[in-house]
Amino acid sequence: MNPQAIIDGLIAGSTIGLGAIGLTLTYSILRFANFTHGDFLAWGAYLTLTVAGVLGGLAAGLGAPVYPFSFGWGLPLAMLGGVALTVALTLGLDRVLFGRLRARGADAIIIVMASFGASMALRSLLEFIFTAKPAYFTKALQIAKPLGLGMRATPDQLLVIGLTALLVLALHLLVTRSATGRAMRAVSENPSLAGVYGVDVGKVVRVTWIIGAGMACIAGVMAGLLVQIRPYMGFDLLLPLFSAAILGGIGSIPGAMLGGLIIGLSEAFAVQIIGAEWRAAISFIILVIVLMLRPQGLFGQKEA
Amino acid sequence: MSALSLAGLQAGYDPDLPIIKGVSFNVEKGEAVCILGPNGAGKSTMIKAIAGLVPCFGGQVRLGETDITCMPSHLLARNGMGFVPQTENIFTRLSIFENLQIAAQLLPKPERAGRIEAMLDMFPDLAARPRELAGALSGGQRQMLAAARALLTEPEVLMLDEPSAGLSPKLVGQVFDTLGRISDAGVTLVLVEQNVRAALTLTERALVLVDGKLAHDGPTDVLHDGKFLGELFLGHRAAEATR
Amino acid sequence: MEILAYAAFFLTIALTYAIICLGLNVQWGQTGLFNVGIAGFVGLGAYVSAALTTPDAAERIGGFDLPIVLGWLAAMVAGGLLALAVGLLTLRMRSDYLAITTFGIAVALQLVFQNTESLTGGAFGMAFIPRPFSGLQGEPIAFNALNLGLTALVVLVLYVLLEHLLRSPWGRALRAVREDEVAAQALGKNPILLRIQAFALGGAIMALAGAVQAHFIGFIAPGNYLPMMTFQVWAMLIVGGSGNNRGAILGAVLVWAIWALSGTLISEIFPADQQARAASLQIVIIGVMLCAILLWRPQGILPEVRSVSRHLGLRNKDN
Repeated sequence: MNPQAIIDGLIAGSTIGLGAIGLTLTYSILRFANFTHGDFLAWGAYLTLTVAGVLGGLAAGLGAPVYPFSFGWGLPLAMLGGVALTVALTLGLDRVLFGRLRARGADAIIIVMASFGASMALRSLLEFIFTAKPAYFTKALQIAKPLGLGMRATPDQLLVIGLTALLVLALHLLVTRSATGRAMRAVSENPSLAGVYGVDVGKVVRVTWIIGAGMACIAGVMAGLLVQIRPYMGFDLLLPLFSAAILGGIGSIPGAMLGGLIIGLSEAFAVQIIGAEWRAAISFIILVIVLMLRPQGLFGQKEA
Repeated sequence: MSALSLAGLQAGYDPDLPIIKGVSFNVEKGEAVCILGPNGAGKSTMIKAIAGLVPCFGGQVRLGETDITCMPSHLLARNGMGFVPQTENIFTRLSIFENLQIAAQLLPKPERAGRIEAMLDMFPDLAARPRELAGALSGGQRQMLAAARALLTEPEVLMLDEPSAGLSPKLVGQVFDTLGRISDAGVTLVLVEQNVRAALTLTERALVLVDGKLAHDGPTDVLHDGKFLGELFLGHRAAEATR
Repeated sequence: MEILAYAAFFLTIALTYAIICLGLNVQWGQTGLFNVGIAGFVGLGAYVSAALTTPDAAERIGGFDLPIVLGWLAAMVAGGLLALAVGLLTLRMRSDYLAITTFGIAVALQLVFQNTESLTGGAFGMAFIPRPFSGLQGEPIAFNALNLGLTALVVLVLYVLLEHLLRSPWGRALRAVREDEVAAQALGKNPILLRIQAFALGGAIMALAGAVQAHFIGFIAPGNYLPMMTFQVWAMLIVGGSGNNRGAILGAVLVWAIWALSGTLISEIFPADQQARAASLQIVIIGVMLCAILLWRPQGILPEVRSVSRHLGLRNKDN
């Protein structure tokens, strides 16, 4: 068993975990399984790529890699722009589609259906605009540095893992210690009671989308940086995202991250045995096991 | 100017099927009134309509000078209205302290800690283990927390939907004692109650709602008249049967 | 004359989609279950039927040479069993867990179709699937017309059976469960059992459609059963009128026509090197159409008489 799988698993798990955090938040606060979430990752990557291109056009020096990473200052700056644009996209989608269905009292399953339709449209729109050809943030190659125990990692990869840990910590503190976090947890338990308590539920909904979209964009940029950018990158992650969110327990941020790591590591080790072409089946198997044994997940509440 | 006034309120879940069919009354500052009526009369619906949880299609509701008709519930809390729902009136997955913190968010920052302290003083049961999950509280304690949360922002008008529901007689007594103290402190109370006896210990005025309309608005001593009650609740014929 | 043959061909394919829609209608329209893995069930039926009826093939199982009808029946059994398994796993839980699980099933099945060459022929798929009226393959009009007739017959038989089922005690119990689960339980109906049965029936019908398609075309490949198909079928049912068997058939033909037409239009407008890119525009159109229908006419073109629109959040003034 190649210990490099640990690094591979942590990296894949970080992307899945960050994406799953956004998914689990929208799932628990907005109460629907958002099939569009994978495509937010893809759109985040492409929007960041576009902004990076614009920035590169304005200031050529921004593209030059900054040691020890494979990218220059242009990328983090572009990611800020990408996050803003992805947030705008999700808020816009909520305003035009999901919010309207919610306002008229549509069943959650209808909203899920709409998200399924929107996801296909968004994904194909990406393909139409950017073609299916893979794109990359940087052409610079990286040497993997040895970490000991037979593992190697590039500086980019270590940055991704570190950044993910920071983000998860920050979000966890936000949700457990801040007034916004309390309001989010309140809305997640009982939206109409939250209103009676004085919580502006509409604002909590917007904050949820913002956090979800932000995390999705960052996850997309990470995946795009370490692997490649293509229109189906988000959709291909959708099953692992759902599995991670359910494994961790809907509504739990640490749970989603842990779920993502478990899936990432499982995939990395399993493909050594059964081959990379079966990768997508791993998260499905994990999902089935969770649903059979403990449907509320690791940190979730038992459904009434 | 009344603390709370309704004028021709029409409300319900479907505009073609109003549950509240034009109700008007005024509640003066410091009064304690009780809304009674048979099952299905719409008492709960009416109080929820005032609280912004049920759609209103006609008429007007004023809180003091402010028009609060159809105002969303979260704004009402800021405008001096407190509402305690009948069931599911606290967040069981948050701690007692966090439940109060959410309400305190409506106050200016310097006041928050003080008001939370004041509520914990008023309800010692809650002060014992404030970091505990609210879900661990007993039925009576949950009602305490629900009331404490509503009182935290010092509302001018406090509405409660069947505060005695599901409680043992001893607990009902405790709850109504507390409500009595609140009323004595000058808070205007509007109570929906099925438990007429408990309501009578607290309120001087009864509003009887029958089939979405106000059938009686006056002092509570009429409630001792069984025949009168029978006529109101069950219709004229039943009153004849009791003769 | 070529146009006639093409029209018959087009209509036959549309009707196979109608079969899928009829199966979906049992799951969604009658029971309110959201199956996001339709392509998996269809593909399963296709592969099972093909595996049992194709002649010997080099690297994969085959050579059973069973008659087409048996292939179709086996497909239905396979689809029903898969749906049963999924239903048993998820129907006690929230409805979106069923959606996610069926999504996963389709992904997993796609992997099986793609990667297990010994079972499914892998990326090469399965060829030489026996076609009905194969003796007439040389005469396109007759061949396509007869196959159209056969497919239409299948649709008709299914339609009649399903309409009958709707009005049967089982159908009424299902409707009761959908409209007021608590009341139905009080009357002794078992909602979970009914839902599992409905889901299994829908799965069997979808698998049948896959088998019918496979035998008409004569070869199948993993690329036929992608999420795109699931998406198309949902669009068909929602547009046509969910909860409504006529709506299912209408939606299938209509959306398939829109799909084919938009495909032709796009291939006319866009230059050859942009074709793949332009094809994605078709999908955008269908996706937007699906969302638009959900927003503005959720009951579809042929609305159901019953209250499925209650789920869509409309106050049903015609009730």
